[in-house]
Amino acid sequence: MRPLSFALALALGFLTVGCEKKNEQGEGGARSGGTPPPPQATTASGATAADTTVPGAPSGGAPVSNADVILLGEVGSLTGSEATFGISTRDGIELALKEANEAGGVKGKKVAVRVYDDQGKPEEAANAVTRLISQDRVKMVLGEVASSNSLAMAPKCQSGQVPMITPSSTNPKVTAVGDYIFRVCFIDPFQGFVMAKFAKENLKFSRASVLKDVKSAYSLGLTEVFTHKFTEMGGKIVGVEAYSKGDSDFRAQLTAIKAQKPDAIYVPGYYTDVGIIARQAREIGIKVPLLGGDGWDSEKLWELGGSAIVGSYFSNHYSPDDPSPRVQTFLTKYKAAYGGIPDSLAALGYDAANVAINAMKQAPDLSGPSIRAALAQTKDFPGVAGTITLDENRNPVKPAVVLQVGSGKNKYVATISP
Amino acid sequence: MADFLQHIINGIATGTIYALVALGYTMVYGVLKLINFAHGDVMMVGAYVGYATALKMGPGTRSSFLGAVLVFLLSMACCAILGFLIERLAYRPLREKPRLTSLITAIGISFALEYGFQLNIGFLPGAAPRAFPEIIVPTEWLIIGDRDVVLWNWQVLSFAIAVALMLVLQYLVFKTRFGRAMRAVSFDHRIAALMGIPTDRVIAITFMLGSGLAAGAGILYAIKDTIVQPLMGLYVGLKAFVAAVIGGIGHVPGAMVGALLLGLVEEFVVGYTSSTWRDAVAFGFLILVLLLRPEGLFGRVTAEKV
Amino acid sequence: MQSAQATVKAVGLPYGVRGILPILLAIPVIALAQWLLIGLPNGPFVIYIASIVGVNLILAVSLNIVNGMTGQFSIGHAGFMAVGAYTAGKFSLHAKDLVISHLPAAMSDQVLFLFALLIGGCTAALCGFIVGLPSLRLRGDYLAIVTLGFGEIIRVILQSTEAFGRALGLAGIPQWSSLFMVWIWAFITVLAARRIAGSSHGRSLWAIREDEVAAEAMGVDTTSYKVRAFVVSSFFAGIAGGLFAHFVPIINPGSFTFVKSIEVVVMVVAGGLGSTTGAIVASIFLTLLPEALRSAFTAISGNAEIAQRVDQIRMPIYGLLLVTLMLVRPQGLFGNRELWDVIPRWIPRRRRAA
Repeated sequence: MRPLSFALALALGFLTVGCEKKNEQGEGGARSGGTPPPPQATTASGATAADTTVPGAPSGGAPVSNADVILLGEVGSLTGSEATFGISTRDGIELALKEANEAGGVKGKKVAVRVYDDQGKPEEAANAVTRLISQDRVKMVLGEVASSNSLAMAPKCQSGQVPMITPSSTNPKVTAVGDYIFRVCFIDPFQGFVMAKFAKENLKFSRASVLKDVKSAYSLGLTEVFTHKFTEMGGKIVGVEAYSKGDSDFRAQLTAIKAQKPDAIYVPGYYTDVGIIARQAREIGIKVPLLGGDGWDSEKLWELGGSAIVGSYFSNHYSPDDPSPRVQTFLTKYKAAYGGIPDSLAALGYDAANVAINAMKQAPDLSGPSIRAALAQTKDFPGVAGTITLDENRNPVKPAVVLQVGSGKNKYVATISP
Repeated sequence: MADFLQHIINGIATGTIYALVALGYTMVYGVLKLINFAHGDVMMVGAYVGYATALKMGPGTRSSFLGAVLVFLLSMACCAILGFLIERLAYRPLREKPRLTSLITAIGISFALEYGFQLNIGFLPGAAPRAFPEIIVPTEWLIIGDRDVVLWNWQVLSFAIAVALMLVLQYLVFKTRFGRAMRAVSFDHRIAALMGIPTDRVIAITFMLGSGLAAGAGILYAIKDTIVQPLMGLYVGLKAFVAAVIGGIGHVPGAMVGALLLGLVEEFVVGYTSSTWRDAVAFGFLILVLLLRPEGLFGRVTAEKV
Repeated sequence: MQSAQATVKAVGLPYGVRGILPILLAIPVIALAQWLLIGLPNGPFVIYIASIVGVNLILAVSLNIVNGMTGQFSIGHAGFMAVGAYTAGKFSLHAKDLVISHLPAAMSDQVLFLFALLIGGCTAALCGFIVGLPSLRLRGDYLAIVTLGFGEIIRVILQSTEAFGRALGLAGIPQWSSLFMVWIWAFITVLAARRIAGSSHGRSLWAIREDEVAAEAMGVDTTSYKVRAFVVSSFFAGIAGGLFAHFVPIINPGSFTFVKSIEVVVMVVAGGLGSTTGAIVASIFLTLLPEALRSAFTAISGNAEIAQRVDQIRMPIYGLLLVTLMLVRPQGLFGNRELWDVIPRWIPRRRRAA
């Protein structure tokens, strides 16, 4: 008797809920069978699209008067093991905003950015972006660097109709989340191809092993493309080993790779692990060079990798050796503001912020859909890390550079165009 | 065949580190019947102290014999003091309370150390890993074939140090008066106190010894993996505990055997399957042992008197 | 120990309804709360925070059944939460395009959501059974390590299974959760905990906590009762995980680590081992406090840097909090006592003879 009454009570409860939802939103959302339109329209959690048309203002008493500031949001890994990614990106963004404010701002208002740290973890990134969108009411979100974190943030931005620009996430799935998500860097299908081409044609290698990081979408994506393209060009992948980001002992996997006798090892991971991998590889007797992607780009690579990483190659977005006036001006400005040479994260952060500012200037008003439309029109934008024209998937088509790791400085080796 | 040998070398290198930490665990559990969760983090602190010292010393001094010894000794001394403080402030007041309370306290200290060291304030280093400066100039001592199997000097040194320390510990526990006091306290600390043994002092010194060993292990671990980071102690600590249980908790040579065994098994599993199973191996091993032979390989079955 | 319950007997209601009367009363109250909160300007954010609070509450109250009432020491709770989250999420992922015929889409969603939750909860309960049966023979310290180990093994399995998205996790789970759902389940959990504590099952659990050997001597089948407590606790942890999966955009193994288990343990210990009220209060307080501090610091300083510091400092403070608690007040805030044991004394009314 008791379970029956319990079931009755539950049914009652759901009728209540059902009726409630109908009153709030008219007919519940139609079944569309896919991710867009946002599924949240069918629940009562209230994440309606109404938020973003409210003129952006920080909810607390910020030092500057609310109406004069356009607030952007940024999520980055300021702490955690990939701290240099977040810090460099933030520096690049802040430099761009400072210049824009000095030049008069956007539509007469100053631009400011609110930065949240996600410690390098996707769940924290999702938390931070929820706060930015629902609490701080930012106009646009810049971030993140790691593709896994961007993937965690994108659905919220899409359903909240807040345009998001990722400066350096290269996994193609990020912009595929929806039409509010943009990026200013090349994507992994291209990056994997770059390294495969370089290895096969420039270095004339025919056998390669791969050591991938199973914890990052970036690494998995690059591995897939690299193995595919390298085999297509006539090379042979002699082995694929895996590790998890944060591991410190790779000797077991490297021993297995040593036995495979490759000409090179493709390690599309982040600099914290790559440095150690290089050291341990040399230690157990591997002499061949390592190949990698833009996740290697950090000044910490030399500290962690020592002499073991010197001589290896990686694909990147721009090279500080590039003599073009745009790059050199940026280098001077960055050096004046922060000292030191900007890595590609900083350059891309700078570009992303400038693209955002440009779109806000072009847009008729500062609502989410208008900024989005203006962003989608970005064409031939002069970025430091290449000219940016966004295609129909909101990704730019840009060339990549291949750098060789020297001691303390990277050496430019080649440019590879799509 | 060559990679099999290399796996064995790697496994023993890892196992040595676990052994040094497991010795500390086993000693502390022996006298206090407490799983000192914070032990792995004391190891981490030792590694960081060593890092700071070596960095201060500069490349020439630190790779000399005296320099390296100084780094070790200084870090061991610091951790001994840390161990003493932890015991005095957190464990001694709770000695008469139910064991659950001490366990929770141990977890609290472990957490505080791990996450405290992830902050960037003052002398706290922050979460990003740092490269440990060289204090033993690495030279290859054995090469088979065209670098098919490589054995390094510091791997042999670590092993030798671990064995030496274990022998010293064994001597200490079984052949000295202090060792007898330790064993007495581990049987029943109240009766031992009645017999005139200064239990508080014995326990404090046991803690200091264990922490010193952990510091040594920390530096060897930092040399092996070339980085220090705040969470390095977490899993090492847990696995060392597993090793101690496998060998029979309270049994010194057992801890060493258990640790080497665990290191080897872990290395082979990761080498021949996938690295994601690395941590699961240790826990799986533990569960197996606890289900089949809870007293460990070398332990004695003790009946619990009510 | 539990005192006799001095509630007014609702004479006249049929036996079955009296049991679920609290839930029937709670439904409109919670529905009203949701309707009010959605109307607020930062509604979505408030709902989000309230959902997190609800999930933590369920976790704390369910862990209290094992750690508090039975006196065992389980620190692998996040593993069961993960099982619940992933199984419920996977079900929803496959079911999100289905509609139950004759029902409007919104309601059909909620029915499917309920299914998903129950699947998650039952799978977690099954895991609890598998984990509990061999380990609950072990003594306290060993049990802690073994539960930790199981939590980690569950996480590693999830991380290596292609079907669960490996390390990247599951994305695209339909966000069917609402404040109502989370809080009704929180209410059910609290009700269950209270009922267990006051029943003969509960007495056996308390007996095991006080002195296991004596309980065994008195004829309580300790292993069986311990396993039962474990299974119930894992069920609710699975429900919590399922709810969690339906209001965050992506779930990955990183959300269910050892750290999460320890956070729940801190809530239970701080509230008082054995007190459901304590678990409720502590979970609400410890979840809201960092958020409140973060908002406060952001509002004061205008940028988020200090707020980030606060978040970072939270973790070592948890550790020190545990230590201080154990040294100063090991019984936590409420000890053994419950709010509902105390309230009847404040209400002047004629009590029926027991």
